Amino acid sequence: MEKANTQNIPSPIGENKQRIDARDKVTGAAIYADDFQFGNSLLHARIKRSPHPHALIKKIDTTKARALPGVKAIVTGEDFPGYIGLYLQDRFIFCRERVRYVGDPVAGVAAISEEIAQKALDMIEVECEILEPVLDPEFGVSPKAPLIHPDLGQYVVASFILPKPGTNISNHFKIRKGDVDSAWEKCAAIVERKYRIPHIQHVPIEPHVAIAKVDESGGVTLWGSSQSPFAQRNLIAQSMGISQSDMRVIAPIVGGGFGSKAGVSMEALAVAIATKVKGRPVKLLLTREEEFFTAFVRQGLVAYFKMGCDEKGRLLAVENRFYWDAGAYTEYGVNITRASGYSSSGPYEVPNVKTDSYCVYTNHPVGGPMRGFGMPEMHAGLEQCIDELALQIGMDAVAFRKLNCLKTGSILVTGSKMHPTGLPQCVEIVAEAIGWGKKSPPSAPHKRRGKGLALMWKAPAMPPNAGSSAWVELAEDGTLNVGVGGQEIGQGVFTVAAQMAAAALGVPYESVRIATPIDTRYSPYEWQTVASRLTWSMGNAIVRAAKDARRQILEVVAEAWEETIEDLDIVNGVVISFKSEKEIPLKNLVIYGLPKPGDQGWRGGPVIGRSNFMPTYVTGLDPETGQGERAVVHYTTGAQAVELEVDLDTGRIEILKGVSAFDVGKAINPEMVKAQMEGGFVQGMSSALFEILQLKGGVVQNPSFVDYRIATSADIPKDLQAYIVEVAQDDGPWGARGIGEHSMVPTIPAIANAIYDAVGVRFEGPPFTAEKVYLAMQDAGLIE
Amino acid sequence: MAFHKVNVTINGEMEQVVVPSNMTLMRMLREILAFTGTKNGCSAGECGACTVLLNGEPVNSCMVLAVECDGTEIITVEGLAGDKQLDPIQEAMIQEGGVQCGFCTPGILISSYALLKRNPNPSEDEIREALVGNLCRCTGYVRIIESVKEAAKRS
Repeated sequence: MEKANTQNIPSPIGENKQRIDARDKVTGAAIYADDFQFGNSLLHARIKRSPHPHALIKKIDTTKARALPGVKAIVTGEDFPGYIGLYLQDRFIFCRERVRYVGDPVAGVAAISEEIAQKALDMIEVECEILEPVLDPEFGVSPKAPLIHPDLGQYVVASFILPKPGTNISNHFKIRKGDVDSAWEKCAAIVERKYRIPHIQHVPIEPHVAIAKVDESGGVTLWGSSQSPFAQRNLIAQSMGISQSDMRVIAPIVGGGFGSKAGVSMEALAVAIATKVKGRPVKLLLTREEEFFTAFVRQGLVAYFKMGCDEKGRLLAVENRFYWDAGAYTEYGVNITRASGYSSSGPYEVPNVKTDSYCVYTNHPVGGPMRGFGMPEMHAGLEQCIDELALQIGMDAVAFRKLNCLKTGSILVTGSKMHPTGLPQCVEIVAEAIGWGKKSPPSAPHKRRGKGLALMWKAPAMPPNAGSSAWVELAEDGTLNVGVGGQEIGQGVFTVAAQMAAAALGVPYESVRIATPIDTRYSPYEWQTVASRLTWSMGNAIVRAAKDARRQILEVVAEAWEETIEDLDIVNGVVISFKSEKEIPLKNLVIYGLPKPGDQGWRGGPVIGRSNFMPTYVTGLDPETGQGERAVVHYTTGAQAVELEVDLDTGRIEILKGVSAFDVGKAINPEMVKAQMEGGFVQGMSSALFEILQLKGGVVQNPSFVDYRIATSADIPKDLQAYIVEVAQDDGPWGARGIGEHSMVPTIPAIANAIYDAVGVRFEGPPFTAEKVYLAMQDAGLIE
Repeated sequence: MAFHKVNVTINGEMEQVVVPSNMTLMRMLREILAFTGTKNGCSAGECGACTVLLNGEPVNSCMVLAVECDGTEIITVEGLAGDKQLDPIQEAMIQEGGVQCGFCTPGILISSYALLKRNPNPSEDEIREALVGNLCRCTGYVRIIESVKEAAKRS
C-alpha cells in the first residue's frame, strides 16, 4: 500500500455534510432550555422593574407581597452586594440605591405560579426620587450631564479599558497615527459627515430563559439559553462570592443568539432568587415585551467622519469621533468602543488617522454585543463617505475601493501589517455579480433602480488570551465523542466541529457525536461563543485533541505490530500500516487496548485525547496612540452589493438582488458558510429597512413583533448570491477563519449607496423606511 | 379558576386532559403533555413558532384556549414523521439547509406542511405568503423557501 493512496480518501473538510443537529430539529426532539421539565417543585420568578430611566431608590416595601399565599421568596438589591460585569464590573444583580434604565431590576419574586408572582410584583411598593436622565450620548459627555455612575473610579476593569471617572465616559479609545492635521491641505477632496445609528435588538425567536437551583450546601445549578456558560459560571460565582466549581451551568442548544445571550444578562437574577428557596428550581422566562425592554440592545451610535484623498483618489486622512450610546451599564459595551476604534479606518490603508471612540453611559437600555460588534454601525457611515469621496474626486466607487482597500502587507490603522487577505478578490466578485456599471431599466415607470456596494473588515474582539479546549474519546464501536464548550446557536458549529474532529482523527463524519448539552462540570472550557471565533479557536483545540488521541492509538498499535507510527495511519476508522499492510479497526481497541501475544497481558487502554488553543501573540496598544505590534488575531474581510428599486409613489424600497463575497480562509462546510452569508445579509437588510428600537424619554415605544418589524419571507430579494473566497489563515484549522457576524456588516451602507444611486438622497441613519424615503424625495424635489 | 376536561386527538393518539380556563393550547401541549417541539416565541400570535394544525388548519397555538380544543384533532411537529419515515418537508428542510437554530423550525414545518396539503405545487410567491407569519432570524428564509419547493417536488 502506498502512502499516497490515502490522499484519495475523501476528507470531510470542504464537504457539505448534513447538519449534525438537523434531524432532531425537524422532528421536535431537539431540547432547548425552556423544554426541560422540572415537575411540581418548580417555582416561577417575575421581576419588579424600574419605570423610571434614572432615579434614586428611597424605600422598597415588600411586606404586602410577602403575605400573598403562594409567594415563596422576595429579594432586592439589599441581599446581593456584589458587582458583576465582563470587562467593567458596573452592575449589581438587583439595583441598589439607584435605577438607571426603564426595566432595571428592583426586586424579584418566586412563587408557585407565574400569575401569583406577577400579582406579588404589583404589591411591592417602591419609593423613588426621580433624577434627570441622560438620553443622548453627546449630552452624556458634556459637563452639564448628570453622572450616572458616580462610583466609576472604583469599578474593577480590564487593563485595556480606560474609563474616565467623574464623567459618563466608561471607555475612551484613541488612534493617533501619522499627522491628520497637516494631511488635510494635501487632500484634493474632503468629505465630512455625521450619522446617527439607532438602537436595534437581536430578536432571537427563543426568548431568554434561566432556571436556577441552589442546594443545601450552596452549590448552584443554572440551566439556561446561553452563548457563554463558562463566562456565566465565572461572573456569577464572583458576584455571589462562591467558588466557580460550585457554580454549574448546563446549556442546551440555543434558539438564536446573535450576541444577546452572551456574557451574563438575566441569568444572575434567577440564581439570586434561588438562593432564598434552597432545593427548588426557580424559572425566569422573559416575555417578548420584557425582551424588548430589558435584553441587551445594539448600542446607538453618533458618528462623525472626516475623510480626504489626493487627486489620484488615494486616501490620505481619516478623522473620526464616535459617541456610543451604551446605555445604563457598559460592562460589555466598553469593548465595542475599543473594537470600533482599532478598526476605524475601515478596510483601507490610510497613512493618517485620528480617532476618538467614546463609550458613554446613558439612561437607555443596556448595550451588549450584537452580531458585528460595532462594525455594522461604524461601516454604515464610513462606507457611505467612501462613495461620496469617490464621487467628489470623479472616480468610480469600485475603482476607488480597489485602489485603497487593504491588501496583503498593507499597514493597518494600529501600525501592524495586514495578513494575507482576499479582500481585493471579494470586491471584484461582487462588482461582477451585481453588473457594476450597467444600468438596467426599472420594472415600472414610477420606480427608480440603483446599485450600491460596500466593503468590510472585522476582527474577533475579545481578551488577548481568550482560550478554547476540547477532548475526544471513543466508544466501543469506534464512534468518536467530542467534548466542546462552544455553543450551537444555529451557526452550525457542532457540525463543523464534527467535520474537523473526523478529519483530524481519521474516522467518518457520520461516526462523530458532540457531547451535549454543554455542562461546565463536564465540558471543556471555552471562553464564550462570540466574536465568530469558534471555527478558528475551538477548531484548533479540537484538531489538537484529535491528534492527541490519534498518537495514543498509533503508539499502541505500533508497539503491537513492532512498527513505527510514521508507517501507520488511521483511515475511515481503521488503523493501517503502509509498511506491513496490516489493518485493525478502532472499535474495541480504543477501550480495551490490545492483547500481548501468548496471553502475556495487555497494552493500551481507554483513549482520551485532550488539548487547548489560546492565542499568545496579541499585544497591548498604546493608550495615547492606539499603536501596537498586533492588536487582534486576524481580520475577516468581504464585500456586498445590492440592486434595488425605489417606488416614487410610496417611498418603498424593494431589494431585488443581494451579492456577498467573504474571505473565510477555508470553508469547512461551504453550504453552511453560504447560509451564514445569506442570513447575515437578510438581518443586515432588516436593520437597514425596518428596525429601530424607538426610545422616548428612555421608554421603549415598540416592544412587540408588530411594532418592531423584522424581515419576513415576503421581504427578501428574489436573487441572493454568496461567494466564498479562500486565502488561508496561517493559524486556522485548514486555514479557516470566522464568518458568522461579518455577513451583516456592509449591508446598511450597500443599501444606502444603492438608494443614492437610484434617487440621489442620503439619510442621517437607518432605517430607510418608506415614509422616510418618501419625505426625503419630496425634500429633494424629486416628487411633488 | 375553573377547570375543564378536554378530549383531543394529538398526532393520532386520544388524550384526556384537565386544564384551567385560561390555559392556551400552547401551554397545554408544552406543560401538560410535554410536546415541547411546539415553541413559545412571543405568546402573542406574532412569531409563528407555536404553529400547530388544528383540524387541519395552521393556528398559533398561543392564541387558542385549550378548552376550545375539546373534540378536535391536533398535529404538532412531533406528529409529522411516520414511524421512522420523515415527511418530505422534513427531509427537504434537512437537505436544503432550511434549519439553523431550529427554534422557528417546528412552526415553519407545520405552515409548510399545511400549504403543501392545500396546494401541492405552490409558486415561490405563494410559499413566501404562506410563511409570512413565521419569523426566522437565522436563515434569511432563502433555504426555507427552497426546502418547500423541494418538498413539493418529492410529494
